[in-house]
Amino acid sequence: MDYQKKELPKKFSTIGWILVAIGILLVAVSYLVNPMRASFNNVVALMFMTGISVGALILVSLEHLSGAVWSTPTRRVSEFLSSSIPFVFLLGIPLLFNLHGLFHWTHTDVVKSDAILQGKAPYLNTGFFIIRYIGIFAVLFLFYFIFTRNSRKQDITKDQSLTKRNVKISAVFMPVVAIGVSFLAIDWMMSLEPHWFSTIFGIYYITATLLAGLAATTYAVVSLNEKGYLHSSIGQDHYYSFGALLFGITNFWAYIAFSQFLLIWYANIPEETAWFMMRWTGGWKYVTIAMIIIRFAIPYFGLLTAPSKTDPKRLKIVSIIILFAHLFDMYWLIMPTYSNSAVFSFYEISFPILIVGMLILVFVYQAKRHNIIPIGDPKLQRGLDFHL
Amino acid sequence: MEEKKIFSVAALFDTPDDITRAAKETNVAGYTKYDINTPYPVHGMEKAMKLKPSKLGIITFLLGVGGATFAVLFMSWVAIVDYPLVIGGKPFFSWPAFVPITFEVTVLSASVGTVVAMIALFFKFPHNSHPLHDTNYMKRVSSDKFGINIVAIDPIFDEAKIKEFFAKLGGKEIETIYEEPFPKDIKMFDKRFIGVLVLIAIVTAGTSYLVLNKLLYIQPFTWMAEQDKGLPQTKSEVFSDGFTMRPPVDGTVARDYVPYEYKGLKDSAVVNLSNPLPFSKQVIEKGKTSYDTYCSPCHGNFGKGDTRLRDQFPKPPTLHSDKVRNWTDGNIYHVITNGQNIMPSYDKQISRDDRWAIVYYIRVLQRSQNAKDSDFESNK
Repeated sequence: MDYQKKELPKKFSTIGWILVAIGILLVAVSYLVNPMRASFNNVVALMFMTGISVGALILVSLEHLSGAVWSTPTRRVSEFLSSSIPFVFLLGIPLLFNLHGLFHWTHTDVVKSDAILQGKAPYLNTGFFIIRYIGIFAVLFLFYFIFTRNSRKQDITKDQSLTKRNVKISAVFMPVVAIGVSFLAIDWMMSLEPHWFSTIFGIYYITATLLAGLAATTYAVVSLNEKGYLHSSIGQDHYYSFGALLFGITNFWAYIAFSQFLLIWYANIPEETAWFMMRWTGGWKYVTIAMIIIRFAIPYFGLLTAPSKTDPKRLKIVSIIILFAHLFDMYWLIMPTYSNSAVFSFYEISFPILIVGMLILVFVYQAKRHNIIPIGDPKLQRGLDFHL
Repeated sequence: MEEKKIFSVAALFDTPDDITRAAKETNVAGYTKYDINTPYPVHGMEKAMKLKPSKLGIITFLLGVGGATFAVLFMSWVAIVDYPLVIGGKPFFSWPAFVPITFEVTVLSASVGTVVAMIALFFKFPHNSHPLHDTNYMKRVSSDKFGINIVAIDPIFDEAKIKEFFAKLGGKEIETIYEEPFPKDIKMFDKRFIGVLVLIAIVTAGTSYLVLNKLLYIQPFTWMAEQDKGLPQTKSEVFSDGFTMRPPVDGTVARDYVPYEYKGLKDSAVVNLSNPLPFSKQVIEKGKTSYDTYCSPCHGNFGKGDTRLRDQFPKPPTLHSDKVRNWTDGNIYHVITNGQNIMPSYDKQISRDDRWAIVYYIRVLQRSQNAKDSDFESNK
């Protein structure tokens, strides 16, 4: 293993701190000026960041579980990204004090006169909601901690049994994360419209999560590798795998999103169609159309041909577009509850600035403390030699 | 016997590295028409052979686009032109419903079409043989050796020189492979061939029918198929006379049903009946709803006698003839209630008020087709 660790340049953390400072300022202003709108944007930011951090953690466990070797040299990048889980948890804390403003079902007088909400009350009540929020993030952080601790220990001890242990933990993690992320999606997004329901909503958000984690990992891997921070053996075949996976999951997202729409459109039941009608009136119609283009059409045609999947420039651009589309998707899912017409102002960009800065800082901090390549992993050499 | 034509000169190598080097050397030597056969995909071979990306993808793409276009056009034609049906109140061209089928047809035509194109273009169907088949070379390269063969159509092909070239590279078992004579008498419609195809079809269909319907007939769900109820054309055990229900007592009438007192008495109806309803927008809208439901299938949406039944039932006359326009309201009401010629009585289906509302609506239709000058806005 001829790996020589290179320190990331100082300017990354400088940029991170500047973004975080601007972000905190804007967030503070928006909370002072219009706390309700700021809260809704806070939910968007929470769901966006959950996507990146948990999605990256799913990728880590997916690699262990499937025994993949191609992603082993770049696994640390996903691990670094998923280390933002505790900060994502903090992002939701201010919201727990404003549940009454966000969620219709917290109004006890409304629930009293509403048979449907009464039926959902055993699940949708403030106490259980907070327990779920804390519990899910605690469990996710526990798994993150175990995965990365084993991986880092392996850097020093080169103990192969740690990989086997991670495989076993992944088998437990997969159903846990599927249920946990579904709960998060139902709690924070579906219950904004407490009468509406869609049984496919959980997998819709899991797909978005996976896509966000993968796009962030791809962007980080390609840009770090271009500057030589990773390893010279990581090249076209690894890029192709990232590109193909991005392409595949983008298609899967479109499949799930269209399935949800098709069934609701077909059955045409008022309590279900209401949700889509909200997104097809006012300015939201254009947001919906724009989302289909940004989230599906551009990544699809951008990654359709084989050469484009190995082109680092193309991969970086498409990853950024997919991350933006993820943010846009969360905006589309959450904001129609706040406003009947599409809204866009500094509120909508304050949180993204904060979280991008936060993500950079977390990543730089992790990259400083740990090897960017899992040098003790028994699969590493095979991963570096990986060819399609 | 005529001399055998040379197909190619082949050589075997032991390791993937050797064959990659051989491919590079062959390229350098200027040969262009050659092929490599290996037991498994050797990484970097495309580069060593300087192969251009396969053009098969273009065929697949075109077939996929063609399949998608065909699916959309066909479904549109069926749903809009050939058999328009209103399903769930949705427009005839309901594109979301077309998406899954379009997707399936695209994938199916692209994949099946690619295989068919390969068989037809590459193997030159019905010819299904290749000179390399049944050679020692093919046997070895499909187990543990790596082979190269330079084909005779290469512009600088020379048997002796190539053998020397291969020997210099370290190739083993260098041999010349001859063309197989292309059988000229291959017939697609050979009696035996067609016979076997027909036999296979009959046996497959027959076996599936017997197994699925006679031997292994399992109903997946019997939730609605088996119900405790009286079925038409079957004997019932409920009552001793074989009926499931008792007939109503003689003289029973349905709620809100008022018997028609001029049944078969047209002349009295014409004289005595007049429309009891007020002539208002609400009544006309009610009449339109009932007319569209009960009358329009035969009489047409505008009463022109343009039936939607496509000659499955005799066409009724238009409602805009002078005769019908000069009828009294009572006469139209009588025809609806009593029936006339082949038109049955609508006494049972449409309530009395609705029938009178229809009469008003028919008047509206007639006026719309034969408007008076005073009806026009400009003449008021």
